[in-house]
Amino acid sequence: MLSINNLHATVAGNPILKGIDLEVGAGEVHAIMGPNGSGKSTLANVLAGRDGYDVTEGQVIYRDKNLLEFSVEERACEGIFVAFQYPVEIPGVSNLYLLKTALNSVRKHRGLNELTAVEFLKLIKEKIKLVEMKEEFLHRSVNEGFSGGEKKRNEILQLAVLEPALAILDETDSGLDIDALKVVANGVNSLRDAQRAIIVITHYQRLLDYIVPDKVHVLANGRVVKSGDRTLAFELEKHGYAWVAQDPNDAVAPSPGS
Amino acid sequence: MFEAAQQAYVNTYKGIAPDLPGGSVPWVRRVRDSGLSRFREIGFPTPGDEDWKYTNVRPIAKQSFAPALNGHNGIDFTQIEILKDNRLGSCRCVFVNGHFAPRLSNLDQLPRGVAVMSLSDALNHRADELENELGRCVPNKLHGFAALNTAFLADGAYIRVGPDCDLECPIELVYVSTGDGDQPQVSYPRNLAILDSGSRAVIMERYLSLGQGRYLTNAVTEIVARTSAQVDYYKLQEESTDAFHVGGLFVNQHRDSTVTTNNIAIGGAIARTDLHVTLNDVGARSNLNGLYIGMGRQHIDNHTQVDHRAASCTSSEFYKGVLSGRSRAVFHGRVVVHQDAQKTDAQQQNNNLLLSRDAEIDTKPQLEIYADDVKCSHGATIGQLDPNSIFYLQSRGIDETTARGLLTYAFANDVINRFAIESIRNELEHHLTRTLLHGKHVEAQA
Repeated sequence: MLSINNLHATVAGNPILKGIDLEVGAGEVHAIMGPNGSGKSTLANVLAGRDGYDVTEGQVIYRDKNLLEFSVEERACEGIFVAFQYPVEIPGVSNLYLLKTALNSVRKHRGLNELTAVEFLKLIKEKIKLVEMKEEFLHRSVNEGFSGGEKKRNEILQLAVLEPALAILDETDSGLDIDALKVVANGVNSLRDAQRAIIVITHYQRLLDYIVPDKVHVLANGRVVKSGDRTLAFELEKHGYAWVAQDPNDAVAPSPGS
Repeated sequence: MFEAAQQAYVNTYKGIAPDLPGGSVPWVRRVRDSGLSRFREIGFPTPGDEDWKYTNVRPIAKQSFAPALNGHNGIDFTQIEILKDNRLGSCRCVFVNGHFAPRLSNLDQLPRGVAVMSLSDALNHRADELENELGRCVPNKLHGFAALNTAFLADGAYIRVGPDCDLECPIELVYVSTGDGDQPQVSYPRNLAILDSGSRAVIMERYLSLGQGRYLTNAVTEIVARTSAQVDYYKLQEESTDAFHVGGLFVNQHRDSTVTTNNIAIGGAIARTDLHVTLNDVGARSNLNGLYIGMGRQHIDNHTQVDHRAASCTSSEFYKGVLSGRSRAVFHGRVVVHQDAQKTDAQQQNNNLLLSRDAEIDTKPQLEIYADDVKCSHGATIGQLDPNSIFYLQSRGIDETTARGLLTYAFANDVINRFAIESIRNELEHHLTRTLLHGKHVEAQA
C-alpha cells in the first residue's frame, strides 16, 4: 500500500530525513520507534503534506500513485489520516460540524453521496462509543479546552469516522494515562482489518502492548536503522536506543522536526 | 470646507422646517433650530478632528443630499426578503426612505402599557409627552451629522414601555431606502425608546437598501432605561455598498438597568456608528457586542464610548471585525470612569481578522480613569487565519477554500453566539453562512 524509497526531507533547510525506506502492506500494523529528533514526526508531517517540510530526494508511492504530488486534502480524501501529536484547537467550529464536513468531503471525493444530518448523527453516535466519549464533546469547539487525553481520543474519533486506508498515529500515546491509553488502543484495534494499514509512531514500547504491531522499525538520525518483529520493541525497552544507533551522536541529534 | 453643501442644507431647512411634523409646537421648533445652528457652527467633521482621524467624510460632505420625500414610485415591496414573513414574530414598523409606511407595518399585537408609533404621529399628537425626553441622550457637541439629524428630525419610531411591562415580542424597526430619484437623497431616521422602571423589551433596527443607488442615511436613536429596566437592542446595518450610513446610538441607563447593544455593520460604502452609553446610577450594566464585516472598498467605523458616572456599574464590550479586499475599518473604544464611579468593572476586547494584504484596521482602545478602586481591562488583536488550523482542516479532507471559510465564519460567529434571542441568532448565522462560509470574502482572498 505504501512504499517509501530513499526519502530525504528538510525542515527550514535542515536535513531531517536522510534516506528512509519503508514498505507497508494492506492489513499490516507497523510501529516506528526512535529517540527524540530521529525524524519520526517529520515523517508523519511529510506524509500528511504539511507546508515547511520539503522533500529533497526519494519518492513515496501510495496505492500505485505518487503521493508527493497530492495536496493535503487530496491525501486525506485518498485515504490517508494522520492523528497528530498536537492537535490544534479551533474555537467556534464544533466537533460535529468538522466531522460532518470532513466526512462529506471525503465521500464526495470517492463518488459517494453526502450523508444527511440524520444519517450522520446515527453514524457518529456509534463511533463515539468506540472512544468512550460523551456526546457533549460533539457540540464543543474542536479541541478547545480539551485535556491532552481528550484531544487524542478526539483524533481517534475522527479516524474512526473517516475510515482511512492508511492511518498514521503520531505519538498518540504521549500524555495519556493508562486508562486513556487503553481506550485509544481499543479504538485503533477495532479499526484493524485486512484492507487497512496502520503506522504507529511512538517513543515507548508501552503502547505496543495494546496495539500489537506486525513489524517494528527503529529510526535514528533520519534513517531506518533496524527492522524486526514485535520482539524488537522489547529489546529496545531493555537496552535503550543507544543499542541500535550506528553513531553515538544519533541518539542525541537535535532536530526541530521531532 | 464644504461651504456650498452646508449652505444647501441650511436653505433646505428654511424651506421645509415649518411643514415638518410638530412644526407648530414651539419646543419642537426650538430643538430643530438648535440642531441647525449647531450644524452651522461645527459643520461636517474633518480628518483634523481626533474622532474622525481615520474616517474622511469628504465623499459625503462635498455633495448636498436632498431630503428624501414621502411616497415611492410603484416599488414592489414584496421583493424585500425580510418583509415576506415575520420569523421574529415581531411588532414591526417599516419606514421607506425614512418615512413611516403604515401599510407595511404591523402594530396590532401590542400589550397594554406599551406604545409604539411613528415619531411624526407622536410629534403631532403627543408632543407634551416627548418634550422632556427627545434629544436628552445626545451629547451636545457631538458632530455635524447628529446636529443635522436633530434639525431635520421628523420621523422614526417612538417606543414607550410602561412600568413593569414585559414586552415579549421584539419591536422591529425596518428602514428601507430606495436610493432612487434624480438627486442623491438623505433620510433622517430618529428613534426614541423609553423603558420605564422594571420593564423589558427587545428592539431591533434594520437598515437595508432596495437596489443600488447612492444615498445617505443619517440616523439617531435614543434609549432611556429607567430603574431595573432591561433592553436587548440590535442594529443590523446591511445597506448597499453605494450607500452612506452615519448613525448615532445614545443610551442613558439608570439604577440597576441592563442594556445590551448588539451592533452589526455589514453594508455601506462609508458606515459610521457612534455609540454612547452613560451609566448614571449604581448597579447599571451595559453589554456592548459588535461585529463588522467589510469587503471591497467599504469603510466601516465604530466609535463607542462608555461613561461610568456612578459607582458599581459594569460594562463589557466585545467587538470583532472581519476585513477582506481593500476594505478598512476603525474601532475606537473609549471608556471614561468618572471620579465617583468606584467599584467600576469595565472590560473591552476588540479582535480583528484581516483576510487580505490590502485590508486595514485602525483600532484604538482609550481608557480614562479618574476613580481609584476600579477593575478595568482592554485588549485589541489583529491577525490572519492560523495556518496550522487551515492545515489541520485540510488534513481531514476539507479543501483550503472551505477551510478558510469555516475559520472565518467561526471567528465572526463568536459574536453572534452572544445574542440572547434565538431567532435573531439564527438569522445572522444564516447570513454569515452565506457571506463568510460560502461567500465572496473567501474567494477574494488569495
